[in-house]
Order: sequence, then C-alpha cells, then structure tokens
Amino acid sequence: MYSYSDFDAAFVAERNRQFRAQVERRLDGSLTEDEFKPLRLMNGLYLQLHAYMLRVAIPYGTISARQMRQLAHIAETWDKGYGHFTTRQNIQYNWPRLKDVPEMLDALAEVQMHAIQTSGNTIRNVTADHFAGAAADEVEDPRPYAELIRQWSTDHPEFQFLPRKFKVAVSGSEHDRAVIAFHDIGLRIVQKDGQTGFEVVVGGGLGRTPMIGKVINSFVPKEDLLAYIEAIVSVYNLLGRRDNKYKARIKITVHEHGIDDIRERVEARYAQIRPTFEGADQQMLGAIKSQFALPKFKQAATDAYDSRYENDVLFRSWADTNLTAHRDADHSIVTISLKKHGATPGDASADQMRAMAELAELYGYDELRISHEQNVILPHVHKSDLPAVYDALREAELATANIGLVSDIIACPGMDYCALATARSIPIAQEIANRFDELKMEHDIGHLKIKISGCINACGHHHVGHIGILGLDRGGVETYQITLGGDGTEGAALGTRTGPGFSAEEIVPAIERLVEAYMDHREGPDETFLAAYRRLGMEPFKAALYEDARAEAA
Amino acid sequence: MPKPFTPKVVTANDLVEGDVIYLTADDGWTRDMREAELITDEAHAQIRLLHAESLPLQVVGAYLADAKQGTDGPVPTHFREDFRRTGPSNYFHGKQAETAE
Repeated sequence: MYSYSDFDAAFVAERNRQFRAQVERRLDGSLTEDEFKPLRLMNGLYLQLHAYMLRVAIPYGTISARQMRQLAHIAETWDKGYGHFTTRQNIQYNWPRLKDVPEMLDALAEVQMHAIQTSGNTIRNVTADHFAGAAADEVEDPRPYAELIRQWSTDHPEFQFLPRKFKVAVSGSEHDRAVIAFHDIGLRIVQKDGQTGFEVVVGGGLGRTPMIGKVINSFVPKEDLLAYIEAIVSVYNLLGRRDNKYKARIKITVHEHGIDDIRERVEARYAQIRPTFEGADQQMLGAIKSQFALPKFKQAATDAYDSRYENDVLFRSWADTNLTAHRDADHSIVTISLKKHGATPGDASADQMRAMAELAELYGYDELRISHEQNVILPHVHKSDLPAVYDALREAELATANIGLVSDIIACPGMDYCALATARSIPIAQEIANRFDELKMEHDIGHLKIKISGCINACGHHHVGHIGILGLDRGGVETYQITLGGDGTEGAALGTRTGPGFSAEEIVPAIERLVEAYMDHREGPDETFLAAYRRLGMEPFKAALYEDARAEAA
Repeated sequence: MPKPFTPKVVTANDLVEGDVIYLTADDGWTRDMREAELITDEAHAQIRLLHAESLPLQVVGAYLADAKQGTDGPVPTHFREDFRRTGPSNYFHGKQAETAE
C-alpha cells in the first residue's frame, strides 16, 4: 500500500491547519457563508438535510486495518457510531458538528487520509477495480497509476476550478468492475504488441444525461498516461460549458463536439505538453509501484476449507456467493456484504469496522478494499483461513451470503439524508431485501443487480442497474420509475424506462412481479435476468408490471 | 397569473450543529416546528426571511418552507419538510431521537 511521503504529510497538515482557521473565521463572523462554502466543499464538508456531512476519500478503495480502525474511532467520537460507504469508494459521516470537523480531519491525517477534493469542481477521488492486485483476470495492478493520478490531480493549480466535477476510474482487467464506461475518464490497462498501455474512454457519466463513454484512444503507452490525461482535462477546462451547470460535464462537451473533434483537440494539446513531461512522473511511478508489491502469500494446505465446505451448508452458500477466484489458486477474494437483509446498504458500525480491520490483520495481509457496490473486500485470504474469517463475520453480522444477488442493492442516501434528493432510497432497498429474504428465492434468482437513486443525479447508479429504480417527487408524492437492462460492466448499457412510475407502497410488489416474470420466462438458471431481458426485450416485463397490476386491481 | 401565497415558516440549519431550526415570532430559533411562526402574509414572509438571512452567525441556508396550521402549531405540507422535522427513516436519529429524550 502507498505510504505518505514527508511532502504528502506536510501538505495534508497544512491544508488541515488552513481549514481549521477557516472554520474559526466562519464561527467568529469574519467569513460569510458564501465565502466559506467553497472552502468547506474543497475539504469534503457538505450541509445536508439534518446535519453537516463529511465525505472522506478512500483512494482507489484501498485501506489498511489501522485506517479502518481510525474510521471507526472517528464514527464513535464525532458521529453517531457508523459510517456510510459510497459508490465512489468514499466514506461519509452523516452527523458531524462544524466545530468538530477540524479534529476529524486531523484524526484522518494521523492515518494518512483526508477529505480533499471529495467535492467541488475538481478531479475527485480516483477509483479503481476493488479486486485490483488480486483478481485472476488482471493484466496489471491499476492502483499505482491511480495513485500517480491522485498525486498529480491533488491541488493541481490548473484544475481547481473546472467547469464541473471530474471523475476518473481505472481498471486493470478485461472484466470491468470499476464502471469505467460511466466516468469522465475511464482507463483500462491493455497490452498491444508486448507493450502495456491504456485504453482511454472519455465522456461517460450517469446523472440527468446518462452517456456511455467513448474510446478516445485505444492505446496510450503507459509512460505517456499522465501527459495524455492532462491534455484531456486541459481541453475540457477551456471547452467545457460554464454557462449551464447541467451541460457542464465533459460528457456534454464530447456529445456536442463529437468524439473526433475532441480527439483532435486533445492530440494537439498533447503534442504541446508531452515534451514538458521529462520523466519525473515516471520516477515517481517507479517509487509508487514498489509500494504496491504483492504480499508474500502464505503456503499451507487447504483441507480445513475443503472439509468445512463439504460439511457446512451455510458456509458453502457463503463461499459460493461471496468468494471470487484469486490470482493464487490457494487464496480467495472475500467480499464482505454490507447488505444484511433490512440493513442500510453501505453502512458499517464502528464495531463492524473494527471486526473487519481485525480480520485484515489476522488473515488478510493488512489490506481491505471498498467497492463501488458498497461492500468491503478482503482481497487476499488463504483458503485455510476462510472458516475462521466466516465465523468472525457471522459474529459481526457481516456474513450475509448475497453478493451479486437481488438484495445486494446499491442505494444512495436519498431523502433520508441528502439535500438534493427528491425521494427516499434506503427504505426501498431495505424492503426489497426483506421481501426476497422472506421468499427465500434469491439464490434461485441468481445474478441480479438492483440500483436505486433518490434523484436524477444518479449516485445510486440506477441507469446501469439490471433493474434501476429512480425516486422522484411527483406532485408532492414519492414516485419510483423503473428502468431495465442497464449494465455498468464491459457490456455497458443504459437501462430503458418501463413506463409510468409507482408509489412507495407499489414499488416493492412491482419489483417482485418483474422477478417473477423473469423466473417464468428464463431458459434456465444459467440465463441471468440481464441475459433474459436482452433476449426477450421489454414486453413480458412491461406486461408483468402494468397488465398484471391491473388484473389484480380488477 | 402568480400562484396564490400559501402559509410558510422560515427554516434553516444551525451554523454550528447543522441541524434544522425554525424562526419563532419573537425572533428566536426553535428546533420544534410546532413553535415556529406560521406566516400567512407574503410581504411579512419576505421580511422574516431577510431577518433570518441577516443572522449569518446563527443560521445557514434560510428559506421559506410551506406549512399549515396543525393542532399544536405549524406542520409541513410536503414530505421533504416532514423528514427534516423528524430525521431519517433508517435509524432513530436526529430530531425524533432528541425530542424523545
């Protein structure tokens, strides 16, 4: 894992000192709210519905046991004993008081974390494949590049006032677990003629105008990555629209000018700035890479795993659902579900954070990951340790066997917390999870991603849910629109709206009818919901949603 | 034609705590919506909002929220304001917990 240099530590300490002084000046009246707001946002502090909210970056989702313990400590000391992990690999605290925030930031700095650029029109937390460094299908670990981009983009003087926020995601695998097609810049490590480089996708995004990113360059040599993305952001900084907030993201710039025009401009800018990259970035990358060396993997027999798997049905169900193939055959990637049926998706209590930290120390080479799907990952666990990990997770109520299933729902905070929301998300997620748990169907249903947003800004990624749910305010009533067929992976697709929305009372039965229709029409358990939708189209699902509802009402 | 004026309360977030507060008729701030001043006159509403905005050391983001007279005082007419006066629905946190103490 990356460890702060003296420069990094001094930079964060200085920013925290500045912010502490800014808070003091706000509290003594020297700064107005209009003056203070951009300063607090630069440091991740929002004002939400019921309280302030502090958004803390977890760069590329990688975190150590010590850092996770500190997040627990912060939750208990200055918040209400829990934190909310988000779809951008951040953690949010929902209840801080303004005067406590400088203390919270100092506590974060103690473990080399911060909240800088988690808001504002800047380059945000760089996200990555949560299985990075562990996945069996990986070309190269994307995190050193993500760290390089983080360092380059942090306080980059040219990019502190972009037309709008800017999000970068990096993946090192063929299989896209980082939603790269829906970021302002999506990067995928590829190989060509024995060389390693990046396929660069630009102009993707969700929100009110969802767009699938377009390939601007199918191969940028890895040593030119920083110069190339600087060229992209530089072109966007000048060309992006500042006249209309809703047209200010690069997806609109790309859409309005066309990818070929943008490519030409980027190439011209790249030709200018590439010579100014004289190798310092590559030296830094070399130093960063050495900090991401894989741990020395344990060698041991796996009999303990095999026999538990053979003899314990619950363990087997968890192993089949929550484990992923690791690059080392004797290890597994463990996904810890933060989606216990009826719980708030993405929330972990301080005790749960400490339990996960302890498991990382004991069995996980001191590493944890946060996924954009709001779960936590132990990326490297030897199979012989899986029974102990599972038992400890059960103890902490973290052993729900539902990864990739109907109750593994992404949900934004929605109107329970968010000042922008138009409807609630969390209770809908809780009710859907509880309902399918009652039905005891979810393992039969198989792979199905439901994603819920409480407004069109789409923090809950509803456009790319196999079933997407969007909460709106229609005439003063919470109303939920359904989309089908979205896909946030390498098969990138935007969901299609089914038709009129449903009330809060109607939405869970509507989802149940959709799933029943899938079960009726699928060719077999191997045909997933998404595959069945792609084969069948909208009609049978629409009928289940609307005609069946009318028949029941009649 | 402009929409007819509907009754309002002045609401904001407390600068230090961040929680939801309401302006009372005697120029104080309350955390209980029922104690808020229910404003039925449009011009008076603007004056009260200006007053709230002139207190940057106490409040952030003051605005006029729709309300109506309930049995014990003003109550919200929209679900957003109902959540603001209550707290989130997934945990017993926020106002609902504080008033229960």
